[in-house]
Amino acid sequence: MNSELFGVIVTFLVSVALAIPLGKYMANVYSGKKTFLDFLFNGIENFFYKLSGINAQEALSWRQNLYAFLVLNLVWFIYGFVVLNFQTSLPLNPDHIAPDALSPIAAFNTTISFLANCNIQNYTGTTQLTYFSQIFVLSFFQFVTSAAGLAIGVLIFKSVVNRSTNNLGNFYYYFVRSCTRILFPICLVVAILLMWQGVPMTFKDHGTIKTLEGVVQTVARGPVAGFLAIKQIGVNGGGWFGPNSAHPFENPTYFTNTIELISIFLIPMAFVFAFGFFVNQKKFAAMIFGVMTFGTLLLLVPSLFFESKGNTSIDKKIGVAQVHGSTEGVETRFGALSTSFWAITTTAVSNGSENGAIDSLHPITITSALLAMMINALFGGAGVGFMYYYMFIIISIFVAGLMVGRSPEFMGKKIEAKEMKIAVIVILLHPLLILVPTALTTFVYSLNTDAYQHAWFINHGYHTFTEILYAYSSSTANNGSAMGGVNYGLDYWNMTTAIVILLSRYIPIIGAVAVAGSLATKKYIPTSAGTLAVDSATFSVIVFSIMVIVAALSFFPALVLGPFAEFFTCH
Amino acid sequence: MIHSVLQSLKLSLLLLILLCVVYTLILLGFAQVIAPNHGEGSVIHYTNNANGDSSYGFYNIGQDFTQDKYFWGRPSASYYNAMSPSASQLSMTDSAYLDTLKIRAAYFLSKNPTVSLKDIPAELITASGSGLDPDIRVESALIQAKRVASARGISIDKVNKLIEDNTSKPWLGLFGIPTINVLKLNVQLDALKS
Repeated sequence: MNSELFGVIVTFLVSVALAIPLGKYMANVYSGKKTFLDFLFNGIENFFYKLSGINAQEALSWRQNLYAFLVLNLVWFIYGFVVLNFQTSLPLNPDHIAPDALSPIAAFNTTISFLANCNIQNYTGTTQLTYFSQIFVLSFFQFVTSAAGLAIGVLIFKSVVNRSTNNLGNFYYYFVRSCTRILFPICLVVAILLMWQGVPMTFKDHGTIKTLEGVVQTVARGPVAGFLAIKQIGVNGGGWFGPNSAHPFENPTYFTNTIELISIFLIPMAFVFAFGFFVNQKKFAAMIFGVMTFGTLLLLVPSLFFESKGNTSIDKKIGVAQVHGSTEGVETRFGALSTSFWAITTTAVSNGSENGAIDSLHPITITSALLAMMINALFGGAGVGFMYYYMFIIISIFVAGLMVGRSPEFMGKKIEAKEMKIAVIVILLHPLLILVPTALTTFVYSLNTDAYQHAWFINHGYHTFTEILYAYSSSTANNGSAMGGVNYGLDYWNMTTAIVILLSRYIPIIGAVAVAGSLATKKYIPTSAGTLAVDSATFSVIVFSIMVIVAALSFFPALVLGPFAEFFTCH
Repeated sequence: MIHSVLQSLKLSLLLLILLCVVYTLILLGFAQVIAPNHGEGSVIHYTNNANGDSSYGFYNIGQDFTQDKYFWGRPSASYYNAMSPSASQLSMTDSAYLDTLKIRAAYFLSKNPTVSLKDIPAELITASGSGLDPDIRVESALIQAKRVASARGISIDKVNKLIEDNTSKPWLGLFGIPTINVLKLNVQLDALKS
């Protein structure tokens, strides 16, 4: 157990050590400074811009940038939906997936889910999707939606760095550079490491073998390593196989597990540092990093503690000792601590991959994972995690300003009613999109308890409520992890989660970019003695408190009905 | 509108070529060189037990072992189905959950009569996260050694030695959990006989 804990600590420290130089590199990439990959990508990018008729040097307003983002998303949606519906007429289907394997509603959910960088998977990749769909739709979306999220984050950086201007830079410039200079090279390195350790990378169909005892076993495989790399690096989380990174082909060794864990943290952590380098506010970035790390640790420590004890009712009621902590839904080569570390990491960072069954985790670990998604700003998604944190900053400045009786300013820009209204809408939309569908689904369930219990759940009691809450939290946070004990393939779940994912992706982005655009145009007020120091520890405490209050107050009743109730039944 | 849709479409197509085609081809090339079995999944060859044909299995994919003369792996909620594997997805608070474990524990005791209940490693009665877990811990192998040895009519020391030889060592003695690949151990057991 001690060596497992040691592994967790080292993994975290290595992530930070890699994220700082990467953050510096990302800041250089976005500000157009010289980087070591210029010789390769300058030519490629200019070729791309020339062929597609885009002027990436043109300074655009927030509206023009947002428009560029939305049009790209529209094109991607149509492309993805069409390909998924006609996947069996396209090449690369060695496992002979049947035309009716993926219903149009399931295809709709899958398209939306990957378009929004959410990656909730209501399908099973190995039996419902062709290799073509997995690579040319899902993997493609994992690259571009992650890059688009990063680009949105950089637009927000620009609102802080520019003094009274109506431009936020150029979305295409940030987006293409995120693809070519950040995601593409890092993913190549990660994928090569993973396949060296035994992750498959082949276009052959499933392997049919005879086991040692002589039984036929068909083993799904595919070009997994490339998919897996962008799944982790791009903060996506949708796996090639159903069990995600618990599957031994998707995560064969302790070493790959460590690589994949670092890959979850890498970009969102580096993005915070990139902010510091980009706007030349290193202390502020360090404070943001501190708040995010503190929040993550607060959720992580109790989870590690309870998973190390395991399921105490196995000790008491069966008489089998839980020497190594939880084992149900946990893979032997990772152990209980690594699995709970992953569960918190994947929800704090809005990744959504799993290396064990979340359904079988301790109620406290599930509570922590839920809280991480309910806050959604502890590192968070690619670019959008920072965006949510930015919204919390705006609200905190306003609250702090009221408390000390000063007019609220952020980096020399006055925060006024308009920005506050948008920030509050974005922040409160989050609990609204989690709690309303949860309440609605619980109501639908109550209309015919027996039938829905049978059709939807394999678990019983309070846990089913936790599962409903988890499904919509994961959708709203664009996380994508799932408690697998629910029959998500049904039309009801496909439709409701798709709507929630859609709203929770685009409304906050539109709101945040509008705030950024509005702040950028404001008159710059030089710093004076009366200016609120946003890079101070005091201000960080205020931001953290606001996050806790918003999450705790909005979600506490729901948490009591679900995981807390479960906790008290098992103790 | 049409102009920007066309721009987006062209840019997306170009990125598709870079991020899907070029990316995949580079990785396939590397797979031929550095990945075990050219990226097709590492395999382990053996003579299968049913008809004595030479056969092979995937090293990383657990197999369902039921016979007394083989070491058993983790229970699998999907019975080692490797096309759509899964975990049990059962909550630790669910009423029916503990019954499943009780049945597994009782079965294990019936097949390993010298073992007492409290010594059964929990991982041998709880389902793995993937349903395909290829590994068990050292104690989970040792506790089955007596059954395996007597089913094969060989000395338990020989079996224990084989377990020790097959234990993976943590990297630098610090990173990782000492585990045993059940398939590899069983293949070597079969080889021991001849």
